[in-house]
Amino acid sequence: MSGSTAKALLPTQTKYLAWRSLLRTARQPIIIVPPLVFPLFLLAINASGLDAATSIPGFPADSYLAFALAFPFMQGAIFATNTAGTNIAEDIGSGFFNRLSLTPMRGPSLLAGQLTGVLLIGTIQAVAFLAAGLAAGAAIESGVVGALVIFVLTLAIAAAFGTIGLFAGLRTGSGEAVQGLFPVMFILLFLSSAALPRDLIAQDWFQTVATINPVSYLIEGLRSLIITGWDAEALALAFAIAIAIFTLGLAASTIALRERLVRT
Amino acid sequence: MATTDRFALQNGDRSNGDSTGNGIEVEGLVREFKKGPRAVDGIELSVPRGEIYGFLGPNGAGKSTTVHMLTTLLPPTAGSARVAGHDIIREGAAVRDEIGVALQEAALDQLLTGREHMRLQAGMHGIGREEGQRSGDALLERVGLADAADRRVGAYSGGMKRRLDLALALVHRPTILFLDEPTTGLDIQSRQALWDEVARLSRDEGVTVFLTTQYLEEADALADRVGIIDRGKLVAEGTPAQLKAAIGRPSVEAVPADAAEIERLEAVLARFGDPLPAARGAAAVRLADGTEELAEVVRGLDGERIKVADLKLHAPSLDDVFLAKTGRSLEGAGEQDTSEPVREAVPA
Repeated sequence: MSGSTAKALLPTQTKYLAWRSLLRTARQPIIIVPPLVFPLFLLAINASGLDAATSIPGFPADSYLAFALAFPFMQGAIFATNTAGTNIAEDIGSGFFNRLSLTPMRGPSLLAGQLTGVLLIGTIQAVAFLAAGLAAGAAIESGVVGALVIFVLTLAIAAAFGTIGLFAGLRTGSGEAVQGLFPVMFILLFLSSAALPRDLIAQDWFQTVATINPVSYLIEGLRSLIITGWDAEALALAFAIAIAIFTLGLAASTIALRERLVRT
Repeated sequence: MATTDRFALQNGDRSNGDSTGNGIEVEGLVREFKKGPRAVDGIELSVPRGEIYGFLGPNGAGKSTTVHMLTTLLPPTAGSARVAGHDIIREGAAVRDEIGVALQEAALDQLLTGREHMRLQAGMHGIGREEGQRSGDALLERVGLADAADRRVGAYSGGMKRRLDLALALVHRPTILFLDEPTTGLDIQSRQALWDEVARLSRDEGVTVFLTTQYLEEADALADRVGIIDRGKLVAEGTPAQLKAAIGRPSVEAVPADAAEIERLEAVLARFGDPLPAARGAAAVRLADGTEELAEVVRGLDGERIKVADLKLHAPSLDDVFLAKTGRSLEGAGEQDTSEPVREAVPA
């Protein structure tokens, strides 16, 4: 097969691998339910237990539920790391990766296809979290268009974290190693401005860590749409960081795939 | 190239070999792994188009490593090979386009159905949706999985998975088929069904088959020619009949009723031919003058008043060939040979 013919197969292969990824995701409730339930569970606990935080001078919202609503979106995105990485590691372990390697498979089609399942979960999460937030009484200050932007930003963050999972899965070929990333991601989440605005964090070290932690800016971008309205700077930072993580993750995944794909 | 055109080409103008008429040409193929011996150590072989070539050897002999190299999944350390006329190192994509492969693991997605596997495989090869569906259904029918086509593979038996694996390997109409221990772990019926299909592919469609196996009867029943590999080296090659004829004479093995009489029994048998390795508590010799000597053996044992618990006459088998070439029996040779880290070292 000539190089140009192989390139021409890229969209078709991406379509089929995406289709497989969607089927696999839809047929595994275990990878859909926890990313929905646990973030909502934590949101419910935080919203009921930390509502007094809204009386702190300078707190940017009247409702802690509205303030914390960005948290499950980020938490859900972290699950994306796990899903993407575990799926590719399973394929490597089972030999399915070799089966694909024996076809004229193009690397980008594999990466894009694998991310499709992650985006499906991201979509379900975004709809569920928004619906839960609205049902619990939170308001979206940026309105319907803002809700759509939340949706888009959530998918961008899920794709970005998905590439980190892909890299880990391709590099290690081990589902266990990918699972090992999960606590690291959670530490990043908790050492961000998820629970309090950065300027209200009393501990200097915590404030410093939260300031250099990119997760803070992703959360603040999402949060701005919920509690502030349209904050161009927060949104630009959030999208820029999501795109940067995606780009770096994709580049690292591409290199890892090339190393993994030792076919001649 | 449009997908349908590509498939039409696959159906028609495929050479299935190089200018020598061989589907597979291997010269001095070597594969070394870090901290391990040579898993494949200078193999030379050629497989004419349309032939079923049985690659026989114990576990860890280097069979799978050879298949991984010939199917472009693993670069050789040294040597060269051409598959369907294409160099496996420089023309990997062209090789993959010509070959169908069923690896040892029968790697399938437990969450997809058989029909979905066929659809995915066809799509990955760029076969159009309608053509892929039509040929996929035909292949599922041919391997006896039409009724189970819409069941998830997780519910398939081992035999069904192997048959689906074979069907998947055939989706893009390959001219050369690599089957890596395709019947390992299968029951007799499933094994026979798979043999029938492989034989039909070679006979009716002219597909060249490179089949690795550790089963003597499989190589004997299916292969036009057999290559015997041990510790990475090809130790014998020929048709099963040629290989057995080279060993020539039958052997006899006897077990004394009283274990203490083993040495006397060995002494009697030694009158009739060269001693052979035998099972524990038994003695064996290759009969110098063929099967007609069996009666003399019995008379000799009776003359010495040695009671015999068991007496067997062996026609030469491929195991005898393996024994003659390596000094070990094929059965259990894999367990004795722990030197080769192929399964661990080959990328999963």
